[in-house]
Amino acid sequence: MATRPRPKTPSPAAGPLKRYRSSVGKKAVMAVTGAILVLFLIAHAIGNLKVFLGRQDFNHYSHWLRSVGEPAIPHRVFLTALEVVLTVAVLLHVWAAVSLARQARRARPVRYAARPKAHEHRYATHVMRYGGIVIVLFVIWHLLDLTFGAVNPKGGNAQPYDKVIADFDPSRWYITLFYVVAVILVGLHLRHGLFSAVQTLGWGRQRRYPAVRVVADVVAALLVIGFVSVPVMVTIGVLK
Amino acid sequence: MKLTLKIWRQKNAADEGRMASYEVDDVSPDMSFLEMLDVLNERLILEGEDPVAFDHDCREGICGMCSLVIDGTPHGPEKATTTCQLHMRKFKDGDVITIEPWRARAFPVVKDLVVDRSAFDRIIQAGGYVSAPTGSAPEAAAIPVPKADANDAFDAATCIGCGACVAACPNASAMLFTAAKITHLGLLPQGQPERYDRVVSMVDQMDAEGFGGCTNTGECTAVCPKGIPFETISRLNADLLKASRG
Amino acid sequence: MSELFTEGAPIQDTKAPDGPINERWDKRRFGGKLVNPANRRKLSVIVVGTGLAGGSAAATLGELGYQVKSFCYQDSPRRAHSIAAQGGINAAKNYRNDGDSIQRLFYDTVKGGDYRSRESNVYRLAQVSVEIIDQCVAQGVPFARDYGGLLDTRSFGGVQVSRTFYARGQTGQQLLLGAYQALERQIAAGTVTMFTRHEMLELIIVDGVARGIIARDMITGEIETHIADAVVLASGGYGNVFFLSTNAKGCNVTATWRAHRKGALFANPCYTQIHPTCIPQSGEHQSKLTLMSESLRNDGRVWVPVKKGDTRKPGDIPEDERDYYLERIYPSFGNLVPRDIASRAAKNVCDEGRGVGPGGLGVYLDFADAIARLGRDAVAAKYGNLFEMYERITGEDPFEVPMRIYPAVHYTMGGLWVDYDLQSTIPGLFVIGEANFSDHGANRLGASALMQGLADGYFVLPNTISDYLAKGPFEKIGDDHEAVVEAREAVKDRIEKLLSIDGDRTPDSFHRELGALMWEYCGMERTDAGLRKAIDRIRELREEFWARVKVPGENEELNQNLEKAGRIADFFELAELMCIDALHREESCGGHFRAESQTPDGEALRDDERFAYVAAWEYTGHAPVLHKENLEYEYVKMTQRSYK
Repeated sequence: MATRPRPKTPSPAAGPLKRYRSSVGKKAVMAVTGAILVLFLIAHAIGNLKVFLGRQDFNHYSHWLRSVGEPAIPHRVFLTALEVVLTVAVLLHVWAAVSLARQARRARPVRYAARPKAHEHRYATHVMRYGGIVIVLFVIWHLLDLTFGAVNPKGGNAQPYDKVIADFDPSRWYITLFYVVAVILVGLHLRHGLFSAVQTLGWGRQRRYPAVRVVADVVAALLVIGFVSVPVMVTIGVLK
Repeated sequence: MKLTLKIWRQKNAADEGRMASYEVDDVSPDMSFLEMLDVLNERLILEGEDPVAFDHDCREGICGMCSLVIDGTPHGPEKATTTCQLHMRKFKDGDVITIEPWRARAFPVVKDLVVDRSAFDRIIQAGGYVSAPTGSAPEAAAIPVPKADANDAFDAATCIGCGACVAACPNASAMLFTAAKITHLGLLPQGQPERYDRVVSMVDQMDAEGFGGCTNTGECTAVCPKGIPFETISRLNADLLKASRG
Repeated sequence: MSELFTEGAPIQDTKAPDGPINERWDKRRFGGKLVNPANRRKLSVIVVGTGLAGGSAAATLGELGYQVKSFCYQDSPRRAHSIAAQGGINAAKNYRNDGDSIQRLFYDTVKGGDYRSRESNVYRLAQVSVEIIDQCVAQGVPFARDYGGLLDTRSFGGVQVSRTFYARGQTGQQLLLGAYQALERQIAAGTVTMFTRHEMLELIIVDGVARGIIARDMITGEIETHIADAVVLASGGYGNVFFLSTNAKGCNVTATWRAHRKGALFANPCYTQIHPTCIPQSGEHQSKLTLMSESLRNDGRVWVPVKKGDTRKPGDIPEDERDYYLERIYPSFGNLVPRDIASRAAKNVCDEGRGVGPGGLGVYLDFADAIARLGRDAVAAKYGNLFEMYERITGEDPFEVPMRIYPAVHYTMGGLWVDYDLQSTIPGLFVIGEANFSDHGANRLGASALMQGLADGYFVLPNTISDYLAKGPFEKIGDDHEAVVEAREAVKDRIEKLLSIDGDRTPDSFHRELGALMWEYCGMERTDAGLRKAIDRIRELREEFWARVKVPGENEELNQNLEKAGRIADFFELAELMCIDALHREESCGGHFRAESQTPDGEALRDDERFAYVAAWEYTGHAPVLHKENLEYEYVKMTQRSYK
């Protein structure tokens, strides 16, 4: 066959924003939004651990979140801004992920008969894609539960500390289990996500990979331990 | 050795294709994998059956023409080895071996195990070169190239364009192939003037061909017969981001 | 011998200017006519083959503005067999300040060719070599560099200067990718149209002038007509006539052989180069041979057992029962004698029944002494990748057991006859790279094939072809022109014939048998009686082929056995001509060793009185006609080689 003429590609003059619609651009969007979400999770985990300091400290911390910067910044503006940034980050992250997943699905219409052998981190694709969906569902539940209180036994108007204690009561062990499983999925997601972000943002080099992997694993593990410790401690009765 | 082969048979691009089973006796451990298929084909011809079509040429691991997914792994079980250099001593008597073509939308099957990889050529056409018309070259020694850069450029340039990276990638992405060329030319002074235009055009072409995106799993370098380093992908990413920032 | 061939009028290269040799290329370029850029767009050129010569030529002609059609049988132009060249590329840069010069490269090449090449061509090759390196570096070819960032070189093949530029053990690959990328750039620019998986099956000649090709689309089987103003063949060598060689499986003689049948003279077909260090055949199933770099002989010692048929393991054979035959026969050069001598010596000991390994076709290349002397690590640093490759193929670890090596065919110096402009005896048909005969005489030096391919493609042909194309515009030829129809029908008939025989032998079985025959009688050592026997057997076998071959399937599909059968049919005809050429050349020179022509101590003996000529053969359909081109040496004195 004569080589087919090259299909038309968008011209480079189409503007820098357009660049982020390429598969590599979308990955960059995922890396940056992912990084924002990781920073949030670190702060979130630290905040959660205040529950071990006691009811008063924890409730005070929760109140503080709404009054950061007062009176220079009006009540709850900081928190609202943070919520907006996080929402946009999540939406962009999911948009890029869905669009790349669809591209990948189209890219291999006929699958292999022999089960493809994993050589490196093949699991990551599944953990990221299917794990990602579970994480989104979890986050929705989590917001309904502990932020809005809609599915919390104490309802929306209770003090944060009470909501936590009631939520993970030993009788509700299955909720704890759900949280633990979801948080471990988040950990696996981060394990690959952190490494992947470094690679996507152009800093990956052969000599750095071992260190990047260790850092990603450690950060992911610490976050998992941090997040899991609260519900587990409540359920086994250490926190009351 | 006696083996059972499960081979993808497909008459042409329009045909649906199916797996077919063949028994091969008298396989010597000294045979190469392709020689084992030669033996099968000689028999099929004499039995009046259609021999199995597969791509191959140099049979010494450098032309990049051979391309079989053997038991789920492109180029088979041995690391850093093309199918043509894989030998039957890596298998055992009685083994059942599954042989399939590269699977990707951008690599349509031509017949049996033969696929069309011209998408790779079109990615190179999009910018995988230095514009240096014959006769225009300055004296070769005029621009020194640091040895380390020359070595890294060479490591990337050893890509044989076989497409195993695409075949192994869970997303059927051509990133490793594209990144190898971006890295090879991007590390050399001769490649600088076109460096950022090159990465933009080549990535656009890669997407336009219908390959998937990269999810950094590293399957590509794991099966690459030439061990093209994973960092080439990160270098491509860096160049593309720099080009995008304007 | 008159029943085998007849002698015709001598032939001459009329294009090479006279005068001082260093001014001839300038003189020719100035004397040749040019085509102005606006007219180039109206002229079309077909280039068959995309190796170093064809790829670089198509790209350069495209850059110049001609309409180019490029053809290759592989799925991409990047896969041409130039890619497998390991060692390097020679150039008279003299970066080492070690006394190299254009003159010295010229001298080494003429001498290395055993005084059977043309002085004018070789001198031009040496001149152009310098520009090749510049061109390749500008394209981004990652040559090896030293710590100062400057280009590194190494010495190669017995010459005394260090002039070989290299990219680890993959120089051919890197140079080819440079040419391939330049070609793809032109394809994107629209000056070159690429036809992959296409095989040229016939040359179209109109009024005595080459005007196009008939090609088969290897996927659909369509027989296509491609008309152009000039045709360039860059289709490589014919080493696969031996079935087992270091060539790629698809390498074939069909393009050049079809041109030969249409009137292009075929020069020196018997000159084949046999490389001494290849991995031996492991059994009947063997489909190709793999070359191991010659550099191994720097530290390895070659030996065989003293006793015939000694089946002990190499480690069990005591020192005094080993024959280090190269060191014994050639005390001053030892294991480093030139390729042809090392190859023949290996054949001799194996013929005596002292060969090792399967079938007794192999000799040991032993690194035990080097490992003891330099240490395992030093040997691994030098040869690690070669040892790995050897182990991958044989399953044996050269650190533990000596390697086994045996010679194999890997290059053919002969090819279509061309003049100084690289034009064949058919006007408008140009032949470049390994496909022509021009620069290597009877033996090619290491690292010179890459040099010649790129010299022809980048620099020589684009400059000389304009003199021919300046004659344009050429008459328009339609697909329905009588000569075109005839060529197309001939191709279709042949395919139909191959498919209709439906015999009981596979194409490969014939190819194997032909190869074995050629290796036995027209390989490393040739004799009058052997060659005559070979000619008879080839004729019988060819008849059998046309009566008993079984080609499965049909034309209108990807049919790899149909491709093979067509190529083998042409190899049969070539094989006969090779034997006739070898038979008529009753001297030994370079890669051609006639047992009847040797010195008392068994070395090759040239006969300059009778054979200092190029043998250019004309196809007749029966006994070919020999046209001699006399070789005169004004600048290099003919001497006899000695390596004792």
